[in-house]
Amino acid sequence: MTERHEPKHEAPRETARAEKASNEKASKSGGLLPGILKGLATTAKTATQRTHTHEYPDVAPDLPPRSRGVIALLEENCTSCMLCARECPDWCIYIDSHKETIPATTEGGRDRQRNVLDRFAIDFSLCMYCGICIEVCPFDALFWSPQFEYAETDIRDLLHEKDRLGGWMETVPPPPALDERAAEPAEVTAANKPPRAARAPREPGAARETRAPREPRTPREPRAPRERPT
Amino acid sequence: MTALEIALRSVAVLGAFLVLPLLVGQAEHKLMAHMQGRLGPMYAGGFHGWAQLVADGVKFAQKEDITPRAADRWVFRVAPFVALIPYLLALAALPLQRDVVAVDVPGSAVLVLAVASVGALGTLMAGWASANKYALLGALRSAAQLVSYELPLVLAVASACLAAGTLSLTGVVEAWSPWWLIWQLPGALVFLVAALAELQRPPFDMPIADAELVMGPWTEYSGLRFAFFLLAEYAGIVVFSLLFAVLWLGGWRGPFDEALGWLWTLLKGFAVAVLVIWFRVAWPRMREDQLQRLAWLVLLPVALVQLALTGIGVVMTR
Repeated sequence: MTERHEPKHEAPRETARAEKASNEKASKSGGLLPGILKGLATTAKTATQRTHTHEYPDVAPDLPPRSRGVIALLEENCTSCMLCARECPDWCIYIDSHKETIPATTEGGRDRQRNVLDRFAIDFSLCMYCGICIEVCPFDALFWSPQFEYAETDIRDLLHEKDRLGGWMETVPPPPALDERAAEPAEVTAANKPPRAARAPREPGAARETRAPREPRTPREPRAPRERPT
Repeated sequence: MTALEIALRSVAVLGAFLVLPLLVGQAEHKLMAHMQGRLGPMYAGGFHGWAQLVADGVKFAQKEDITPRAADRWVFRVAPFVALIPYLLALAALPLQRDVVAVDVPGSAVLVLAVASVGALGTLMAGWASANKYALLGALRSAAQLVSYELPLVLAVASACLAAGTLSLTGVVEAWSPWWLIWQLPGALVFLVAALAELQRPPFDMPIADAELVMGPWTEYSGLRFAFFLLAEYAGIVVFSLLFAVLWLGGWRGPFDEALGWLWTLLKGFAVAVLVIWFRVAWPRMREDQLQRLAWLVLLPVALVQLALTGIGVVMTR
């Protein structure tokens, strides 16, 4: 019985609460008339203040850090590993390369092979600026540049080759400073690591003593077959 | 009146009809932009985009003038002119100074009101002839709106004319005294609100509510015919602003009114137009039922009370 009654009581209570809230809201804003006057006052106040417009072609916009304008290529770092082209969701990266053989430098050594990049092109009419290629590049060959003024009148002219992509490297900003108390970059940690101390030559007696607290392994082995039959 | 004089007066009215709405439109562009923290047009014409509306006009003239296949062709094509030309006639009857008026008729207040309400017929024709559900809904909304707001509008003007004892707008300004600012205040407010609704300007722009009805009766229009509807809207603002200035703000009455009277009328009218623009920026659109409630339960009683008040005032003072 009580369960059936509850919703009946609940509904009027809820509406009463809502009404009370709306009344409170109305009294707080002062009813209808002051509300519309407030609207007039707000717009009038805004009209007297400075505008926020940047007149773009005349004034360069203040772009936020990490702006995604265009993807720049640092050709020297590219190993034509194709990771970016494979990860690209809409397949807008085109890479051609060939292998070159570097003859061995020492007598009797092995010849080495090296990838040489022939073509690296991004079709910006397909690119959706997801940045996955930049994330995935293991050799830091791709970067975000804030440069955005590369509109064309023909969509086919948006396919940019490696010389154009490399030209945008100049516009790539330096990496932003690390956050306060962030971990050091991996490269710095690796460089600052103290060199390994040289190992002392092994002495049979000393080695035994250090290993003494460990349990000897050999007696353990026969235990396993004994437990299995149970 | 010679034929030459008639031609000159017609050209003068036509010039005012083409220039004043553009002034109001440009004022709206700039004022609205600054009220929203923007700059508005800055390039067309060089100095602060003064020629933006001229450029817009050129753009509209270049666009294709499309008539939908299902449309009632003749009505569809005539509708923009039915919306536009009545305001031209109304402008001709509005006095700027004692003798600066194109057509001085004895009942000019009646003429202006009658002619201005014809303009709404153009909206209705456009909506009906477009063969488009949004256009039709918009036209029906506009018809409902005009029926409701015509009455308080006429009553408010009747009150001003009753106070002046004449139906001539020139006569009303001659009879005007600063006391009217208090005595006729309710009527003036009713007129302002009803004129906003009559012009279908925000917050009373339900007929062209773009979130619900695309562009209302104008949905199917393009090119110059669409531009004529826009021009009609701004010409309407000019007509109603000047009418407000003449009836309630004393028209050309002010310092040096012998020489600069026309300027006073224009300045007062422009101030009212700025108010109309300001309302558009500041207030959201009302709902259809709220609009009808406001007209019948607030404006009409206030207009009737104002009429009674004016009657008492006139009887007491004469």
